[in-house]
Amino acid sequence: MTEKIIYQGAEAKICISKYMGFVVVKKRRLKKGYRIKQIDNKLISTRTKEEAKLMIQARAAGVSVPIIYDVDLQEGVITMEYLKGKRIKDILNSLDENERARICKKIGESIARFHNNDIIHGDITTSNMILLDDKIHFFDFGLGEINSEVEAKGVDLHVLMEAIESTHSKYSNCFNYVLDGYKKELKQDANKVIKKIQEIVKRGRYR
Amino acid sequence: MICLGIEGTAHTISIGVVKNQNKKCKVLSNIIKIYRPEQGGIHPREAANHHAFYVADLIKESVNKAKLGFSEIDLIAFSKGPGLGPCLRTAATAARALSLSINKPIIGVNHCVAHLEIGRGTLDKCSDPVLLYTSGANTQVIAFAEGKYRVFGETLDIGIGNCIDKFGRIIGLDFPCGPAVEKLALKGKKYLDLPYSIKGMDIAFSGLLTAAEQYYKNKEKIEDICYSIQETTFAALTEVTERAMAHTEKNQVLLGGGVAANKRLREMVNIMAKERGASFFVPEKDLCIDNGAMIAWLGLLMYKSGIRMKVENSFIDQRFRTDMVDVTWRD
Repeated sequence: MTEKIIYQGAEAKICISKYMGFVVVKKRRLKKGYRIKQIDNKLISTRTKEEAKLMIQARAAGVSVPIIYDVDLQEGVITMEYLKGKRIKDILNSLDENERARICKKIGESIARFHNNDIIHGDITTSNMILLDDKIHFFDFGLGEINSEVEAKGVDLHVLMEAIESTHSKYSNCFNYVLDGYKKELKQDANKVIKKIQEIVKRGRYR
Repeated sequence: MICLGIEGTAHTISIGVVKNQNKKCKVLSNIIKIYRPEQGGIHPREAANHHAFYVADLIKESVNKAKLGFSEIDLIAFSKGPGLGPCLRTAATAARALSLSINKPIIGVNHCVAHLEIGRGTLDKCSDPVLLYTSGANTQVIAFAEGKYRVFGETLDIGIGNCIDKFGRIIGLDFPCGPAVEKLALKGKKYLDLPYSIKGMDIAFSGLLTAAEQYYKNKEKIEDICYSIQETTFAALTEVTERAMAHTEKNQVLLGGGVAANKRLREMVNIMAKERGASFFVPEKDLCIDNGAMIAWLGLLMYKSGIRMKVENSFIDQRFRTDMVDVTWRD
């Protein structure tokens, strides 16, 4: 059966395929010739396993994520639901101000929902979110972990802040809208996390 | 146009003279003098004293080597930052004195951006690269986006060179430890598991350093530890660089900074580039480490694009970030 590559990222190939009659997406982690086998095998299998686990837990926490159909640790393949939506990265800059604010708040709410369950995404960027049926769907949990510390949640949001500053630099107020949604939905004191983000920013060189 | 550049951000004082030729950079001279402490790491004041002692002679030597007279220099550039305060001030003072005495304009430039521009200026077909800039203090992945050089990834704690130097000092090597660690790593055979820390496109090394120290205390072979440090940190650096390339949709990668002299790092980034059909670039060694020619070249580009600086405003900035620079010389 033929597979069609729809996206090739740094780490994985994303293909459209079929699985038991469903149209699915297969995320296949690529072997990298530049790193030694021990590191390559370890990264591919732990990230595949971690990602599948976190996606299931995020779904249980009320976050929209693709449904997982199958996981192959040896090959580094996750077979999941095909979402026919739009990447936030591609649409955010062209939305009007009100709509952009609304979408960003929704993003913040979703992040708070997985943070409430100590799920750390590890790579929250606008390339890793899809808008479909007015819901924000998250994927690419491969760098994630379970961690209850404020530090981990701060770092998680800091990654998004940097992504917004570099990719949507004209609309960097987006991150404030994200925080509005985050504050609304987070069960612990969100100001602690926000303070942590400021601390992390200062930790960077030459700040 | 001919520009003389003075580099003095850390352990290196260097004077370079460049001119522009068909929009590319022609290096007329590039003299580099590196401060090497007798023991331990860099002491900022002692490094600055070293620079102050040599800078005047190096300026003369550099102009002579370029076969020019001082009257033929059109512009003086200096490293405005980021770097160690005493060193930056020494280089800037020399630049001001020279600018006033030969009555030519002065311009302060960003050291990190200079590492990227010298690649674009001297390497054929290197037009829009993602730069992996690895040195003692700096570890950044930089690319041009929306009018600025933006930092897509960087270290969250120490620079990769610093990480290697610190481990080198633990096992009793002299600063800089990179070349010795590289040699030891070639003899390493056993991979020791080390923390691999990537957050999005950012990286961290301090946990790995602690773990490596533990292996040393537990009497693992230093060759194996050096090998494992290099394999782990360089794989992480290569991975964040590849992520930045995918994210920015660029298909050129450029190395810069002192650690780019490491053959294994070069090999890994080169393989990564090949596997994704991208081009790999690395400047010649003297343009890769800290050098005056890159400062001169960036000064020239900035001046030609209309940027002017008065001597009374020629401050240094120890925390001069890459993304603070408005890039007026690129489309």
